[in-house]
Amino acid sequence: ARSCVARQRGGWIRKTFSFIFFLAIPLDFDISSPLTYGTPSSRVEGTPRSGVRGTPVRQRPDLGSVRKARQVDLHSDGLCISDVATEQSLGQKLVIWGTDVNVASCKEKFQRFLQRFIDPLAKEDEDIGLDLNEPRYMQRLEEINMVGEPFLNVNCDHLRSFDENLYRQLICYPQEVIPTFDMAANEIFFDRYPDSILEHQIQVRPYNALKTRNMRSLNPEDIDQLITISGMVIRSSQLIPEMQEAFFKCQVCAFTTRVEIDRGRIAEPSVCKNCNTTHSMALIHNRSMFSDKQMIKLQESPEDMPAGQTPHTVVLFAHNDLVDKVQPGDRINVTGIYRAVPIRVNPRVSNVKSVYKTHIDVIHYRKTDAKRLHGVDEETEQKMFTEERVEILKELSKKPDIYERLSSALAPSIYEHEDIKKGILLQLFGGSRKDFTHTGRGNFRAEINILLCGDPGTSKSQLLQYVYNLVPRGQYTSGKGSSAVGLTAYVMKDPETRQLVLQTGALVLSDNGICCIDEFDKMNESTRSVLHEVMEQQTLSIAKAGIICQLNARTSILAAANPIESQWNPKKTTIENIQLPHTLLSRFDLIFLMLDPRDEAYDRRLARHLVSLYYRSEKKMEEEYMDMAVLRDYIAYARSYVNPRLSEEASQALIEAYVDMRKIGSGRGMVSAYPRQLESLIRLAEAHAKVRFSEKVETVDVEEAKHLHREALKQSATDPRTGIVDISILTTGMSTTARKRKEELAQALRKLIQSKGKTPALKYQQLFDDLRAQSDTAVTKEMFEEALRALADDDFLTVTGKTVRLL
Amino acid sequence: DDCILDYFMPLTIVLTSQNVPNSDWEKKVTEYFKEKLKENNATNWVPSLNDVPVHYLKPNSLVKFRCMVQDMFDPEFYMGVYETVDPNTNARVLHFGKYRDVAECGPQQEIDLNSSQTVTSERQTFYCVPVPGESAWVKEISFLTDQARVSPSTSYTPSRHKRSYEEDEDMDLHPSKQKEQHMGSGGDIHGCVEPKRLETEASAGHHLISPNCSPPLDLNFPLPGEKGPACLVKVYESWDNFKVNDVLEVYGILSVDPVLSIVNNEERDSTALDPMECMDTAEEHRVHSPPASLVPRIHVILAQKLQHINPLLPACLNEEESKTFVSNFMSELSPVRAELLGFLTHALLGDSLAAEYLILHLISTVYARRDVLPLGKFTVNLSGCPRNSIFTEHIYRIIQQLVPASYRLQMTIENMNHSRFIPHKDYAANRLVSGVLQLASNTSLVVDETQLEQGQLDTTGVHNVTALGNLITWQKVDYDFSYHQMEFPCNINVLITSEGRSLLPSDCQVHLQPQIIPPNMEEYMNSLLTAVLPSVLNKFRIYLSLLRLLDYSISDEVTKAVEEDFVEMRKNDPESITADDLHRTLLVARFLSLSAGQTTLSRERWLRAKQLEALRKVRLQQQKCVNGNEL
Repeated sequence: ARSCVARQRGGWIRKTFSFIFFLAIPLDFDISSPLTYGTPSSRVEGTPRSGVRGTPVRQRPDLGSVRKARQVDLHSDGLCISDVATEQSLGQKLVIWGTDVNVASCKEKFQRFLQRFIDPLAKEDEDIGLDLNEPRYMQRLEEINMVGEPFLNVNCDHLRSFDENLYRQLICYPQEVIPTFDMAANEIFFDRYPDSILEHQIQVRPYNALKTRNMRSLNPEDIDQLITISGMVIRSSQLIPEMQEAFFKCQVCAFTTRVEIDRGRIAEPSVCKNCNTTHSMALIHNRSMFSDKQMIKLQESPEDMPAGQTPHTVVLFAHNDLVDKVQPGDRINVTGIYRAVPIRVNPRVSNVKSVYKTHIDVIHYRKTDAKRLHGVDEETEQKMFTEERVEILKELSKKPDIYERLSSALAPSIYEHEDIKKGILLQLFGGSRKDFTHTGRGNFRAEINILLCGDPGTSKSQLLQYVYNLVPRGQYTSGKGSSAVGLTAYVMKDPETRQLVLQTGALVLSDNGICCIDEFDKMNESTRSVLHEVMEQQTLSIAKAGIICQLNARTSILAAANPIESQWNPKKTTIENIQLPHTLLSRFDLIFLMLDPRDEAYDRRLARHLVSLYYRSEKKMEEEYMDMAVLRDYIAYARSYVNPRLSEEASQALIEAYVDMRKIGSGRGMVSAYPRQLESLIRLAEAHAKVRFSEKVETVDVEEAKHLHREALKQSATDPRTGIVDISILTTGMSTTARKRKEELAQALRKLIQSKGKTPALKYQQLFDDLRAQSDTAVTKEMFEEALRALADDDFLTVTGKTVRLL
Repeated sequence: DDCILDYFMPLTIVLTSQNVPNSDWEKKVTEYFKEKLKENNATNWVPSLNDVPVHYLKPNSLVKFRCMVQDMFDPEFYMGVYETVDPNTNARVLHFGKYRDVAECGPQQEIDLNSSQTVTSERQTFYCVPVPGESAWVKEISFLTDQARVSPSTSYTPSRHKRSYEEDEDMDLHPSKQKEQHMGSGGDIHGCVEPKRLETEASAGHHLISPNCSPPLDLNFPLPGEKGPACLVKVYESWDNFKVNDVLEVYGILSVDPVLSIVNNEERDSTALDPMECMDTAEEHRVHSPPASLVPRIHVILAQKLQHINPLLPACLNEEESKTFVSNFMSELSPVRAELLGFLTHALLGDSLAAEYLILHLISTVYARRDVLPLGKFTVNLSGCPRNSIFTEHIYRIIQQLVPASYRLQMTIENMNHSRFIPHKDYAANRLVSGVLQLASNTSLVVDETQLEQGQLDTTGVHNVTALGNLITWQKVDYDFSYHQMEFPCNINVLITSEGRSLLPSDCQVHLQPQIIPPNMEEYMNSLLTAVLPSVLNKFRIYLSLLRLLDYSISDEVTKAVEEDFVEMRKNDPESITADDLHRTLLVARFLSLSAGQTTLSRERWLRAKQLEALRKVRLQQQKCVNGNEL
């Protein structure tokens, strides 16, 4: 009697009647036929077949939550039997009703896939422990045998490259094909590992179906098909026990019976079949069968959305072990079957709402940012690029002026400042990530930090705003309003669960992105100190409310600061103008000054540029520059696929550049360049190689790095008194000449005191006046005190109150 | 007149035209209505939901609605074609489900949900509210044009008398009366408001006593105190073209089928049975399918984005007939400008410079964006306003009389800390909860900073002030989606009235120098408004709306001259002339040219712009000196 099983295919709306007739299969076959999988009534406790011995079948609610509706009708129609008779003769040619799926051949094909598929594109680091030259999925089965988790995840892309037709069938008729796959996988598995004990039979979970990527493109044609969409979990419900099979017991004669769920309802038997008593059957809860179910709301990821529209949401139903696998806030890729169910018909009203409810029965989850806080999952971080797009980008990268092109595409509305734009461009690309953990050095920072400093109204904020809008993980904060807590992380008590939750701040949120900090100078000292760790170690340590942890914050910092006197004072050094601790300043790879050039030719060009803004049409302007989207893709592609290494010549050039930098300082007896500057140079060179999509850092890259470094330095480290670039301004906060002057003054003071003969104590004011009278340049009180301090350090004298004592 | 009959029952047309089920009929229906609506002002015959209360309109009749898209719901799959079957005779009939909420069938029939003939189609639902801050005169005038011909499709006979503008203004001058005016669709004490208000109260009351004890439904108007029908607008084609905050005029079939509410109720009952339903879907359901009497549905046949909502202007300015309208108006532009300048000078207590800047401000609009930079915004900070005086209130009232949509934001500590400025997503109800800053393009936002006292801003307050600052600087609002923010560009004219320099950023600060101090401000302002003839007032309104839409260019010659000028100015005084000044002067020149109806910059205008800027700066300088002396 079991040779015919019909199921409703879940699709009420399909044009075809959705039954499956499963007929011409040898009798010993039907027990493990795909259709028995998942129907509770056909649960077999220990089958006679040797392969699947004793392992129970676990029903798959993910494949059909509205099935079986037609089964009753079908039996009552008596269709089944007559069909069996007529169609048995057709032999193996039979397909499942409404599809073109032939179970036997489908199973065979899938088994061949499992046994033979070797991924030609597999990368070594992708799957640890897999031998890439052996069939991939056979190794997975072996893994199942060892680990005991009876789920086989199958990448649809693999299936597609192996058998296009099978892939198409899987996408179009998942409800029929997946059970066939289950069957095939189990046969192979139990053939190989007959003694294996699993919780239940293996379930195949396909993922990465390329049918649909975006929630917005879902349409009625996708109903009942296998789809993969990405999105963000915004809500998840409590666990819902869903009754699959009710157990009834007669109160009179203790006769028991089972009733399966039908369209979400259990039909309570009104008469006991055994003793014919009416209304004697009572539900026995703990012998009924339940399955876990959870409702999840998925919202479109912000990147996928067209501007100016609100995000779409879609309801997911997760079953059994997929329950509670994802949390609100997770970014996931979901593979499942798209369903549309009519809103329940009420028998009392003949009119029904003509709208369907849609949901997705989840088959497979894949978190896309699960490892955000722990380490970069490079594979999932990668943005999907179509082949054409990659071609366009590669074509672009071959252009000789690509560097100039990209930098001019950056914030085109901001006039000139080409070197600054180039610097920011390199920052967007970043250096190569290097790991020296095994040599004790830890991670080598790949991110480039930039400080813009200059007069108000030189469009610093606009540049920051542009960068923040350009990069996917950009954060924008203002130094004025942000606290250390807002930048790092804080611990909060969740009002609902009373659980402590770590709320991450701007720096952590911009991990692998850029943190733009405006009004950097307005930031208070304690907040700024947080940045020390972030900018060099790229981590954040938190110890709050019993939570001690170190979070990754591999973020580039793009900061903008105003001079301390709000207008740049050209008579002062950068340090004096910005008033930032030099420990922090030295952590910036590039410090740019954005000053008003006050040059006639510049003014003229600026005026022309601005005037053009005010009348040219938007279209015309766009033609001239590279599209922001192209720029964004170009950067994303380079960041994830290009990882340049230093070439021999490049290292040589770097060494020379570094030695040169050291020489400049050593000429006047001061060490001026520090290893940190060398690291900056390397990073900049690497970034420039990335711009060219080059896997090798070459001399041109080093040249550009040197150029930028020099340009930035020229502006920020020029000694205003000598006009000479002096890197020690950055590292010690004082220029070499200033040091020299200080020393000279101290010597002069020493001479003055010595010339006064053997007086043990001197009046402070008297000494100051004498020194001023003697010196040919103006001596301020500060300078005098500094000289005194220097002499005190030499144990020449001590200062107590208003008197100076010699030692 | 069969034309009139058509509006009676558009659904019958739809139904009769679909006797032969082919795919063409859908196109034909749209075209048919498009044609019909073009005929001799036919649009005015269609009753508007903005003016007529829902219960006066016949279900399934053609209506129009002028609204702003407040939120977009998820797309809906519905039965485009369905089959009913008579269980007794087994007779099968095909039906069309488009333009309906309910799949209807006869008393003896059942819908065959498994029919192979069923076609599933997709449509999109927008939650629409009347344009926020729509001025009373816009409602009034569009009502009058609509009612010029009595609409036969409603049983509602308007009892409203045509009032003179004097009367209208008179009402405006009394805040208490004005409130009433806001409540009705067009300011009415003659009848149309009363039943409507009763109805809303009744339905709210119904909610209160409903078994769920749910609080009355928040209709989600962006601005507090707004009234008017919110609508679920169902769009059948090219819904991707519409964006949140777009202003639309939709023509469609009104659906207020009480069955909708019944289905509602029953679903609510059945929730107890179905565990999946009783989670947070209940709240979502309440919001997404509110009672049809409160939030009617419109099945859109025709929807168009509106460039403006000024009823005195042709809706679409590119058409032939509107071109003559424009050229006629442009020919008499200068007297209108002079009169408007005079009017505003009086309003600003005799300060003609401030009045000049106010005109420039009122015709400013964001005409383009260069990457993040919005071009054409012109936020004016009118400083020197007397503190805690009714002056700012009256200035707002005058602006309200001139622009189609406006809102006065009173910047008090209390307001900043407690109002909802930024729209945020409510995930329980799955909707975008609106905020004050969710405004349609070209809305005038008057921020009154004179109300601000010293005090402590809390987190909400800081967020609100930041959002306001971002809106002014970047013309965008970051809507809060809890897990992320989403940026919505906007185009809002912000005028800040303050005592000293505003704490908010602005493009240009004008310090008010009153020439006359009226002994009684109230009386002075009132007489000012009553003195303006309605026809003149209408001209002002056309002037301000029209000039916003004009194109503008600068010739190479003038570009050269501007360049020279800039270089020259920098030479003389590089400290005080920066790129920002050039930006601003170019803006002033742009709006100055446009305000005179010129679409290219001339040398004279450029000099005039420079002159205005110089005057303005001198004032600021003086102000600084005065303040310095006081200190």
